[in-house]
Amino acid sequence: MGQLHVNGKTGLPSMGRQAVVSDILTYTVLVILAAIMLLPFFWMVSASLKMDKDVFRFPIEWIPKDPQWVNYSKMWTKIPFLTFTLNTAKLTVIITALQLLTSSFAAYAFAKLHFKGRDVLFLAYVGTIAIPWQVYMVPQFIMMRLLGLSDKHLALILLQTFTAFGVFLMRQFYLTVPNELCDAARIDGLNEYGIYLRIMLPLSKPALATLTIFSFVTVWNDFMGPLIYLNSENKKTIQLGLRMFIQQYSADYALIMAASLVSLIPVVILFLAFQRFFVEGVATSGLKG
Amino acid sequence: MTKEKKKALRSTAVAYSFILPNFIGFAVFTLLPMVFALLLSFANWDGANPITFAGLSNFKRMVHEDTFWISLNNTLWYALGTVPVTIVCSLGLAILLNRKLPGRDIFRTIYFFPYVASLVAVAVVWNMIFHPTMGPVNELLHLLGIANPPRWSADVDWALPTVIMASIWKGVGYYMILYIAALQGIPRYLYEAASIDGANKWQQLRKITIPMLTPTTFFVSIMLTISCFKVFDLIYVMTFGGPGRATNVLVYYIYNSAFKYFEYGYSSAIAMVLFVIVLIITLLQFRMEKKWVSYM
Repeated sequence: MGQLHVNGKTGLPSMGRQAVVSDILTYTVLVILAAIMLLPFFWMVSASLKMDKDVFRFPIEWIPKDPQWVNYSKMWTKIPFLTFTLNTAKLTVIITALQLLTSSFAAYAFAKLHFKGRDVLFLAYVGTIAIPWQVYMVPQFIMMRLLGLSDKHLALILLQTFTAFGVFLMRQFYLTVPNELCDAARIDGLNEYGIYLRIMLPLSKPALATLTIFSFVTVWNDFMGPLIYLNSENKKTIQLGLRMFIQQYSADYALIMAASLVSLIPVVILFLAFQRFFVEGVATSGLKG
Repeated sequence: MTKEKKKALRSTAVAYSFILPNFIGFAVFTLLPMVFALLLSFANWDGANPITFAGLSNFKRMVHEDTFWISLNNTLWYALGTVPVTIVCSLGLAILLNRKLPGRDIFRTIYFFPYVASLVAVAVVWNMIFHPTMGPVNELLHLLGIANPPRWSADVDWALPTVIMASIWKGVGYYMILYIAALQGIPRYLYEAASIDGANKWQQLRKITIPMLTPTTFFVSIMLTISCFKVFDLIYVMTFGGPGRATNVLVYYIYNSAFKYFEYGYSSAIAMVLFVIVLIITLLQFRMEKKWVSYM
């Protein structure tokens, strides 16, 4: 089919010229749109290197003549930004690891084992995917408080680890692994735990990577969960800390921009390194979900 | 017989050992609060005094509370402002990127990036750029001869549109990815047949691309609408529901009722309204999906 397509396009010079014109047009549109998408980030970088009084100077001086690198060291002392970052990193790592472990484990049974109650249990998971967290966040908070977990990181870990989304995503992937592979392993004497560990886990690396990235970004960027649960300053996450910064030092524009930029860095790195998994994750979980 | 039964029991036990670590957590911290939410909406509780049965009084009060109607109305406008524009823009971007252009992946990355960027950081930049007196946007508008440019998020009439703009900018890349995936599923021969029949690009777009994407468009509009009804972070960081009640939305109202006024029962009643709305939208999707699958 590819060849047919190529043959259809050759031999007409006018069409070639038309294609060039349309390519140039497309590029122009793409570049303008890219500028719109990135402009706030450029502004953020530029403002973070200025003095407060110059942040709003117009016309915008995109590249500051006298870059104030000192802003990036001041932001760590003005508020406990390092504590916030460490708290967020801790929550992100623990939640992501637990989520990967428990959901890939559960998904194996849902995808590859036959047992009583399987469909009912799975329905419980799928049925709740559509129910917004905001509907039950208040009773959830009351429960956590009764358990003595308000203002504790453990509360956030417990509420974000056991997600229906994780189980669902992993199960969808395991379904694509042929059953014959598991059967052959059973004949060779592997038990179910062995099959999970030796066959399914190594095969599901792409799905695990997708889940890792989604979980990382969700927890790192989470605002409402920490807002509800965490009050003590030494427990707060980076998003809450940033919010605090904005409220307490609302006129320190440059410092706010520097802190905002720093809060974005881990996600930027992860995103650029594993972009492929992001895109695949959105496409599969979106279209099949 | 007993041996077989034993074996079946064993394999069931193995299966449950896989599921339980996740399911116990899920049941306790998700399923239980969901049931609790429903019960709580028929009760009065401030968290300190004993809980009392309230019957339908929370719902009756809600109907007479104008903040409820304002927040419902704001949420609807927020959805109406966000959904159509996001769909058109994300589809447009997907079509532009759906051919072999050098650098295509870079553009895709750029458009997708705001979606993964943290909302607090993004919201604070938006507020600075659209600052009523000092922001570069209004400076530019002044320069273009507009004497009284909008005061954006500080203005009762402009606050909601300002938040809507930010949400479109942030979400468009995500739905673009969905559309790109869907576009790749349209068979090439349809376009080849059409171009042999003399159809130009515009006709191909209208007669092939858009109809073939109907299920995706429907899915995207459902997802988007639901996400609009859940909006909170953007509002909280950009406007605090204000000025006045101009950007007070349902979840913001739930949050305030519970964590500012400690009316847990009343806040759960509002949460039930949110639940019913999302449920109706989801059921609508299931119904329509069936219709479109047969049409395809």
